[in-house]
Amino acid sequence: MNKKIYPIHFAWITLALYTVFFVLPGLMGFYYSFTDWNSFSTEINFIGFDNFKQLFSADENYLGFINNTLIFTFATVLLKTGLGLAFAIALNEGVRMKGFHRVMLFLPSIVPMLVVGLVFKSILNPATGLLNETLRSVGLGFLAQKWLVDLDWAFKSIIAVDTWKGVGYIMIILLAGLQAISKTYYEAASIDGAGAWNKLRHITIPLLLPALTVTTVLNLLHGLKVFEAVYVLTNGGPGYATDVLYTSIFKEFSMGRFGMGTALSTLLFVFMTIVGYFVVRLMSREGDGDR
Amino acid sequence: MKTGKLLSLFRNVFAWALSLIMFIPLLLVVINALKTKTEANGMNMSLPSSFQWSNFAVVIEEGKLIQSFFNSLLYASASTILSIILASAAAYVLSRNRTRVNKVLYFYLILGIAMPMNFVTLTKVMQATHLMNTQIGIIILLAASALPFSVFLIYGFVSSVPRELDEAGIVDGCSPLRLFFSIVLPLLLPVIVTVGILNFMGAWSDFIHPLYYLNSSDKWPMTLAVYNFFGRFQVNWNLVSADIVLTTLPVVIIYLLGQKFIISGMTSGSVKG
Repeated sequence: MNKKIYPIHFAWITLALYTVFFVLPGLMGFYYSFTDWNSFSTEINFIGFDNFKQLFSADENYLGFINNTLIFTFATVLLKTGLGLAFAIALNEGVRMKGFHRVMLFLPSIVPMLVVGLVFKSILNPATGLLNETLRSVGLGFLAQKWLVDLDWAFKSIIAVDTWKGVGYIMIILLAGLQAISKTYYEAASIDGAGAWNKLRHITIPLLLPALTVTTVLNLLHGLKVFEAVYVLTNGGPGYATDVLYTSIFKEFSMGRFGMGTALSTLLFVFMTIVGYFVVRLMSREGDGDR
Repeated sequence: MKTGKLLSLFRNVFAWALSLIMFIPLLLVVINALKTKTEANGMNMSLPSSFQWSNFAVVIEEGKLIQSFFNSLLYASASTILSIILASAAAYVLSRNRTRVNKVLYFYLILGIAMPMNFVTLTKVMQATHLMNTQIGIIILLAASALPFSVFLIYGFVSSVPRELDEAGIVDGCSPLRLFFSIVLPLLLPVIVTVGILNFMGAWSDFIHPLYYLNSSDKWPMTLAVYNFFGRFQVNWNLVSADIVLTTLPVVIIYLLGQKFIISGMTSGSVKG
């Protein structure tokens, strides 16, 4: 009966499009990463593990790109969750014009990353940028840095810009979670003489755990796929210091070294599909529970 | 009591400070879009001596913005409509008829939320399907990449639509197709609006697909046109700012009009699962 009312062919086009343009390229990657596919010759030869040998060799920069991607992901997850939680707790009660602040804090997450990148390219300009100008004008000139040019600061600046863009979104998810926690818990804890720290540790964090899991997953997936932020702000510079996986894939692609680009993509594909398997299992189970 | 008042004052000051930090970079662009070239050189917060509305005209002329505006509009709306129809049809049958196979198919579909796109091998697929450097190609790619999350959000919502309505429809002799389009789809409207707005804004902001797969500039969307414009006019921050304003304005307007749907959709959708 169900089969007749809910015919599976309703899902065919969806499954087909998704498979052909999403999954298939990922699977094709397993084959092409073992080839010398490039734009200079029409022939594609099987070369075994050569691409991966090069990828993991200490003489090349690829390990650095992987490392950068992981640092970026780890740092943005930590910063957005930590700051988002702190902001959410600070703004949970007693703030007037809540709606207005919510709109403002959410605003950066809807602006295209490309635009954010261009704006911060100007703000972080060492000579004329708004940040250094402001620091100088309030007498904190010694804090001014060559944000996107300095080897020590470039990557940190990118992480900061990405955090600026994403923290409001995370904060609002956590704020929604906080407001679902009943006040009676805190009242009971106060009667028992618990301080602010104990309330945070034993009430807020445990009850916020589902929301924190969601934000961590969102930030994790976002971090591993970072592209525009790096591409626009530094394009991997100075040198290759800030290149991440997706920017290096694009560089390989632009240079016509498709085999190597595919090998890098496939590495990310395997890693994220494994992570995704557990994430998605969690998500689909929760969906079942709702019924 | 006194500390309570102080705390509340502190909270409000903090809220304003945060809102300012989020807003100043955007305000900076708007202010500088109205300055002359020399005034905008420093890109600071000082107000322009007189409003240079002509910057926008120059940008529209030089940056071929009208063309890219309609390109962006085409990509964003076509891919949004396509993804909504495909995602709701699939989410509907998979959610209503939860057989073992269908559960696996659902799992397979939403695995795409985590999966990264392999842009290099995708060129092979694009060439084989003759979609390389075509507008329809970009529309299909944007729709395909929006499918997993759309299916996920709609699937959860379908469970909240009572099954009795389907049964009533069947008793009245509805075909499955009519049942879906005239009974179920209208009831999915709240989630469809949310998914639609999210997909539209995502497609409007998209940069990476056209960067890989569109090389003729007359097919470029706003994002790519702005980036190219920045490369050519880097020293004219007033023009770059004007260009940025025009690119961002549509999403900001949609956001301000639909912010209830967007915020609740993006947050509750992710919290409740």
